[in-house]
Amino acid sequence: MLKIDALEFGYRSNRKILDHIEFDVANGECVAILGNNGAGKSTMLKCLNKIISPQKGRVVVNEADILKMTRLDIAKNTAYVAQKSEGSRITAYDAILLGRKPYIKLAPKKEDYEIVEKIIASMSLEKFSLRYIDELSGGELQKVMIARALAQEPKVLLLDEPTSCLDLKNQLEVLKLIQNITKEKDIAVVIVIHDLNLALRYCDRFLFLKDNEIFCYGGMDVMTSENIGAVYQVPVTVESYQNQKVVIPLT
Amino acid sequence: MDNKKKTACGVNYDQYVHRKVLTLVTLLILTFLTALFAISAGSADIPVTEVLKALFGFGAAKNVLVTVNIRLPRILMAIISGIGLAAAGCVMQSILRNPLASASTLGISQGASFGAAIAITFLGGGTVMGNTADAVTVNNPYLTSTCAFLASMFVTFVILGLSKARKASPETMILAGVALSSLFAGATALLQYFSSDVQMAAIVFWTFGDLGRASMQNIQVAAVVTFSALIYFMFNRWNYNALECGEHTATGLGVNVSRVRLIGMTVASLTAATIVSFVGIISFIGLIAPHIMRRFVGNDYRYLLPASALMGALMLLISDTFARLIISPVILPIGAITSFLGAPLFLYLIFKGVGHHAEN
Repeated sequence: MLKIDALEFGYRSNRKILDHIEFDVANGECVAILGNNGAGKSTMLKCLNKIISPQKGRVVVNEADILKMTRLDIAKNTAYVAQKSEGSRITAYDAILLGRKPYIKLAPKKEDYEIVEKIIASMSLEKFSLRYIDELSGGELQKVMIARALAQEPKVLLLDEPTSCLDLKNQLEVLKLIQNITKEKDIAVVIVIHDLNLALRYCDRFLFLKDNEIFCYGGMDVMTSENIGAVYQVPVTVESYQNQKVVIPLT
Repeated sequence: MDNKKKTACGVNYDQYVHRKVLTLVTLLILTFLTALFAISAGSADIPVTEVLKALFGFGAAKNVLVTVNIRLPRILMAIISGIGLAAAGCVMQSILRNPLASASTLGISQGASFGAAIAITFLGGGTVMGNTADAVTVNNPYLTSTCAFLASMFVTFVILGLSKARKASPETMILAGVALSSLFAGATALLQYFSSDVQMAAIVFWTFGDLGRASMQNIQVAAVVTFSALIYFMFNRWNYNALECGEHTATGLGVNVSRVRLIGMTVASLTAATIVSFVGIISFIGLIAPHIMRRFVGNDYRYLLPASALMGALMLLISDTFARLIISPVILPIGAITSFLGAPLFLYLIFKGVGHHAEN
């Protein structure tokens, strides 16, 4: 269970990027953070695991405020997948093993390797697990980064536009993977995403940010043409196609 | 190494790890053999068997004298300097996220040159005398080394101070280093311009770099600093690995990026400054030894750090032996030789792309 309470952040005290952010995410639930560019979506995500420190508020994971925890303890509770992962000459296996870093004292234990290999097997990453990550395709690299986050065994998974550099097939694959992980691991997932239709298809609840505040937060009922039109300043219609809501821009 | 495990998902990780370990063992053996050859070779050739005897205090007195008193300190300083400069360069490249980071590019070497030039010009460190190799040597090495060390640490602390004001971003550190490098190079040039011929010769000679100028006491200090730094770096190998995936990812993995960067820079600079203040400018080793080893072991600092350190020692041993033997008894400047031997090898590796795939 993730509970965000009266969160505030600004780069200067007189200019707030986030103001009075309050919402909660249940275990096994995936929440999409939606809004215009510059609305503060990525900033909010980074506040949730103290990559940047909010000036006010609390981020409570299972009764404990993670903003008061040490860096290592935060890493044991929350895992973060950046918008753009950097490729490097380390193998996918070692990149996933990095997820065990918060638990490694001097060297990884047998248990750490077992966790990594279980994740590799469950996500079918064997084919490229010994290739350097700077040689992987965008989709493969993103899967490795999600696998690395899972190796942290987090209670909360934070993903910043995980599909922004992917083709349609990989977008669907990665989001399906995230959806499955959310249910199987019973963790709270917060995902910043631009594509409203993908959000509708794979997320359980939707949070719209507008003018540094929460515009609305809820289930399918908040995905209305009025709300979307007000947030993005674009006229849209929300239709139903094969029992699935679809957002269609009207311009 | 860290990996004693069985593979359970069909991935042959053990084999991959064994290849990395084999590379390290090969480098270690090569360094040892090159060191033996370097001790035996010189104007007085001593067979390797005699070298081994002399090292344990047996054999002809002349061999013991040449081996233990003259060549061994030089070889030890080459190994320690190579390890220190390469490990420092490797860590600087990691924490600054810049492939061009090294003691030379960040102004630490230029700071040392300026400190030495001050000692030689104003503090009486610059008497010149001829030696058997018909070269010049700086007559007051302790004073010169101290000034060189202080000046290079001054550069380090200015870089760190400026960076701290801007949240220790790599860009600030590198730009501050480049600016200070230029400043101290200019200041040294001015000192040379106004110094006497004798002083100028001493300054130029100091900047050439010379492994033979280090005393046994210098070697001990350099060894303690270098190996302490290496242990610290190895303790932080997982932090450096995390930084490979980006700053935010590393923070999300529990790394205090600013602290790792500031302490890492301080330790790396201290190591490089200690070595440079004892032996003068030896450029290129800190820059290219890590790059060469990246081609073979990748960017995993569990292997890259020890591999770079050994490659640095090996390169400096080969360069020094080459410098001593090529027109013996004249000893060529070691800094020039490292650049001459290292640059073509580096270019070859870039274009050849050795070890491009981890699976190969």
